Order: sequence, then structure tokens, then C-alpha cells
Amino acid sequence: MSELKCEEFVELVTDFLDGALDSDTERRFVDHLAGCDGCDRYLDQMRETTRTLGSLPPETLSDEARDSLLSAFRDWKR
Amino acid sequence: MEPETRPAAALPPDQDLVERLRCRDEAAFALLVDSWSRGMSRLARSFVATNESAAEVVQDTWLAVIKGLDAFEGRSSLKTWVFRILVNTAKRRGVREGRIVPMSSLAPTEEDYGPTVDPSRFLEAGHPWAGHWREFPPLWPSPEQAALSGEVHAEVAAAVAALPDRQRIVITLRDVEGYSSEEVREILDVSAANQRVLLHRARAQVRARLEAYFVAVDAERVGGEAVS
Repeated sequence: MSELKCEEFVELVTDFLDGALDSDTERRFVDHLAGCDGCDRYLDQMRETTRTLGSLPPETLSDEARDSLLSAFRDWKR
Repeated sequence: MEPETRPAAALPPDQDLVERLRCRDEAAFALLVDSWSRGMSRLARSFVATNESAAEVVQDTWLAVIKGLDAFEGRSSLKTWVFRILVNTAKRRGVREGRIVPMSSLAPTEEDYGPTVDPSRFLEAGHPWAGHWREFPPLWPSPEQAALSGEVHAEVAAAVAALPDRQRIVITLRDVEGYSSEEVREILDVSAANQRVLLHRARAQVRARLEAYFVAVDAERVGGEAVS
């Protein structure tokens, strides 16, 4: 079982975060991570990227659109 | 630990919601509209040409939800069901606008494979450390510092907007809206493995854009100090 190279590591990050690596590959991934500050940083930055994506400010529904939906819902009652 | 900030977390369980909606409880409907419409317009925007179209898709989706509510069988979560209606509505609309994202194009294509990090960042073949970082990725400011900047959000939003449709749709659902791969499979009919291919490439590009942004900001700051 050969050691991972950094260029291989960076391609496995999403599979790793999804828990989708087979156990051998996961072990090699973690071994590499433990010994490589650059890849540790890369993994962190990918996590940070997903966190930032998850904090994008919402686009809001216009008041008019909201009102017209609520009134459609009221009409449906009858 | 990340605090759970998604409004959906505060919603009552599906069973209660559906029950209340079927009893024509307007407050329950308003709660759903307020919680989900934003995510819905973001997703709709991936299928249609303009923000106005996306807003109409959201509107049409809610109307279809009202009509279909009595037929909802609870085989998926309510939210997944609503988002599936949204995707179908958005696709029909996209076809009319000549901006179709057919389901087949949501599968990864050749261009979704291959290195997601510029190969020149790694040492070349023949070097004793071939395939390892030439230089480590530059450090980023701490999340606290970065979060202060609306510019970071603007960069990320622009990076997402520039992605190919299939990557943008998947990263929007998975990372922006926080859906699980199983939910995305239900909504888009794209396998978990294919999602990961698209998601990985999309994330790597957004990361690269953030890196370029942080490097530029840093250079500006250092440059500014040198001048003063």
C-alpha cells in the first residue's frame, strides 16, 4: 500500500467528508493528513468553503409575492 | 461546532405540518413559505434565465403544492416533495425559455473529471517529492475575521454563479441549502457518487476563488503599509 501524494489527497477530500472512502483509502488519507501540514490546511479550507457557502445570505421573497401566495391559500379553503 | 441556524430546524415535524395545512391553517402555510422560499428561488435560478423567472417558478410551485397537498403521501419528507415540484416546474419553465438543463446533463461529463487543483501547485515528476505541494496553500484569515466581510460572501456567490449548471445545482443543494446526498438523490435523481464528483469540483473552484481573493486582499494590505 503506497503512501498518498498531495495531488491525490486533494482529490479525495469530498469523498472523505462524505464518509465515502473505502477503509483502506481512508486510512491512507488520514495517515497522509497526520504528516502533511499543507494537506491539513487544504482540507480545512475546503471545510471553511462549505461553511461559507452555508452562510450565504438568503434571497428574500417579495412582500407582494408572499401576500399573493397567502391569499391563494385562503382561496383554496373555500 | 456549528450552530444550527437553518430556519427549517425550527419547523414542527412533517406530520403536524401536513395535518395543519390540510386543516387550512394559514399560519402553517406562511411558516413554510417563509422558511423555504429563499432556498427555492436560489435553486430555481439554476434552471431559468432571470431572477424574475425564478420568482415566478417559486410562486407556481407553491400554488402546485396547495393543489397537491391532499395527494401528498408522505413517502418522502415534505420539503423534498416541495423541492421536487420546484425542480419540475423550473425545468418546464427553462425549456420554454430555451435554457433547458435536461436531467441527463446533470450527470458528470468528461470535464468534471481530472485535477481540481492546478497541477503546477505540485512538484513535477522526477523530483524526490513529486506530487507533493510545491508551496503549501496560503493561510487564510481566521473565520471570524473573514466573516466580517460581506465581500467574502460576494466572492463565493460569484464563484457559484460561474460554475457549469450541473455543478452549481448540486453545490447549491448540498452546501448552500444543506441537503443530504440522499435528499439530493431524491430531488435530482443523481447518484451519491455522481453528486460527489460534481460537488468536489465545484467546491475546489469556490475554494480557489476564495484563495485568490484572500491573497489579493493580503497583497493590498501589505502594499498599503509599504506606501504609508
